[in-house]
Amino acid sequence: MAVALAGLAGLFSLLSPASQAATTTAMSTEIEEGKQLFLVGCSSCHGVNADGVIREDGTVLGPSLIGVGAASVHFQVGTGRMPMARNNVQAPRKSIAYDEEQTLALAAYVASLAPGPAIPEPDQYDPAQGDIARGGVLYRTNCAQCHNTTGQGGALTLGKYAPKLTGVEPVHMYEAMVTGPQSMPVFVEPVMSSEDKRDIIAYLKNVESEANPGGLGVGRIGPVSEGLWVWVIGLGALIGAAAWLGARSS
Amino acid sequence: MTTHSSDLEPASQGGDPLPDPGLPPHRPRLSDTDAKSAKRAERQVAAMFGIAALASLGFVAAYLALPLIEGDLVRLQLSNLALGLTLGGALFLIGLGAIQWAKKLMPDVEMVQERHPFESSPEDQAGAIAAFQAGVEESGIGRRKLIRNSLIGGMALLPLPIVFILGDLGPLNPSPPRVRASTIWGPGVRVVNDVTFEPIRPEDLQVGQLVNAMPATYKDIPETEHVDALNARAFASVILVRMELDEFEVPQGREDWDVDGILCYSKICTHVGCPISLYEQQTHNMLCPCHQSTFALAESGKVVFGPAKRPLPQLALEVDAEGYLAAQGDFAEPVGPSYWERAKFENGERI
Repeated sequence: MAVALAGLAGLFSLLSPASQAATTTAMSTEIEEGKQLFLVGCSSCHGVNADGVIREDGTVLGPSLIGVGAASVHFQVGTGRMPMARNNVQAPRKSIAYDEEQTLALAAYVASLAPGPAIPEPDQYDPAQGDIARGGVLYRTNCAQCHNTTGQGGALTLGKYAPKLTGVEPVHMYEAMVTGPQSMPVFVEPVMSSEDKRDIIAYLKNVESEANPGGLGVGRIGPVSEGLWVWVIGLGALIGAAAWLGARSS
Repeated sequence: MTTHSSDLEPASQGGDPLPDPGLPPHRPRLSDTDAKSAKRAERQVAAMFGIAALASLGFVAAYLALPLIEGDLVRLQLSNLALGLTLGGALFLIGLGAIQWAKKLMPDVEMVQERHPFESSPEDQAGAIAAFQAGVEESGIGRRKLIRNSLIGGMALLPLPIVFILGDLGPLNPSPPRVRASTIWGPGVRVVNDVTFEPIRPEDLQVGQLVNAMPATYKDIPETEHVDALNARAFASVILVRMELDEFEVPQGREDWDVDGILCYSKICTHVGCPISLYEQQTHNMLCPCHQSTFALAESGKVVFGPAKRPLPQLALEVDAEGYLAAQGDFAEPVGPSYWERAKFENGERI
């Protein structure tokens, strides 16, 4: 029996193409490396098996990562959102804790747990290939309600907010749309096609690149912020001027 | 009477219980006493007026140096900035200089201006009364009772047309006002993706997904009917969300309104009608950016925060013969903000 098995194994290693074996080994090495990183850096909240941790009172400490896919890990870790500094309503963008190779290893490990959205190909998010005008229409219908018409972000409920989209890598924009991080809903095929997403990214990058010589841009976040500026700073200056007018000269 | 008034007399016969403190002593300013300080103030005022003159010249220079270029928005912004800064600066500095001049150099000695009683002389008053009485006498309004009574009648009925015409706003209206109690949604109307107008299959939607959608019949409105199309869009816009089956409550009467966890709600806030789709997929709350009304989509659109008073109307969904999402009918209640007759409608019918 043992001899037969050994023979089969030998036959398999003889027949299987060497390159495929090498790729498989490289992949499993990456997954293994990712698993080690995960156990050190992520498992305290997401559990040693990445299936999430529920606190005793029933609230979620870290959600299950089974099926979230490589795209989700690449977005969350690649923008510095994960690991979180502390458990809070919002995971803000901050300095990145893992380099690209480690991030890809983590993504490969999480992707190996269950199928999920993959990291997109460069062609899928290349802003140069997108239709800016069409992207603008799609963006204003589907995204502007939270992220504002020029991607300056906005407030949500109970301290949550939709982040600014300026300075975000196109690949991360794409991944956010397919994975729906935190409060954000999911925008996936076929309702929001890959081409639609590329157009939206092209629009955002175009808006971002536009020069702004008009004095104080106030983040170009629209009439509310400009109104706030006028009411607080402008009116404050007027009150100061009125006080100066009425004051006695020394 | 006398005892009462004597009670109100101040206790001390000396007059005012709080004596008039008078004016504070005049303090001379530094520029009044120190010639160097006065000279400095003079230079400051002159500098302000001088910079104002330069700013006016700068306005002309900016106008000539930055001509507008067709289609160049950046140039337009730059020109606006330069023109605004120079002209605004000139006006501001002239005002600032004038005030500095008055505060530092013009005399600031306190002066008292007496106020006089605000009434006409007794002769003028007597004359006016005499003229009025002569008018009453000459018109004979006291003698000619018929004229007087008919005038009262004529004046008394004058408000009647106003009361009657305003009555149209209320229950007296013979023809009800045009109100929008229905939308272009109807039985079997497909739910299509806004912008792309692609129909949607239930299996296309993932849990956590948000779709901004429109009725397929929106495309049938002729493009010439622009106002109709805009109104239809404003009232018929909806959003689709998908939740896990155990994540949302199904109230009685809405058991078959969702398709496998796909729920459809009006996109128009019930407060003052802003379009809303700030959907948080984790809490299933939808927030209106105008006044922060928050609707719990997992609890049939109930208001959980903010000034809105009515839950977000839900549209009943079905799957049509070809497998696409469609409406079972129109909304059961008028969508959008409340109005006077709103309570009298159900299923688009006046009740």
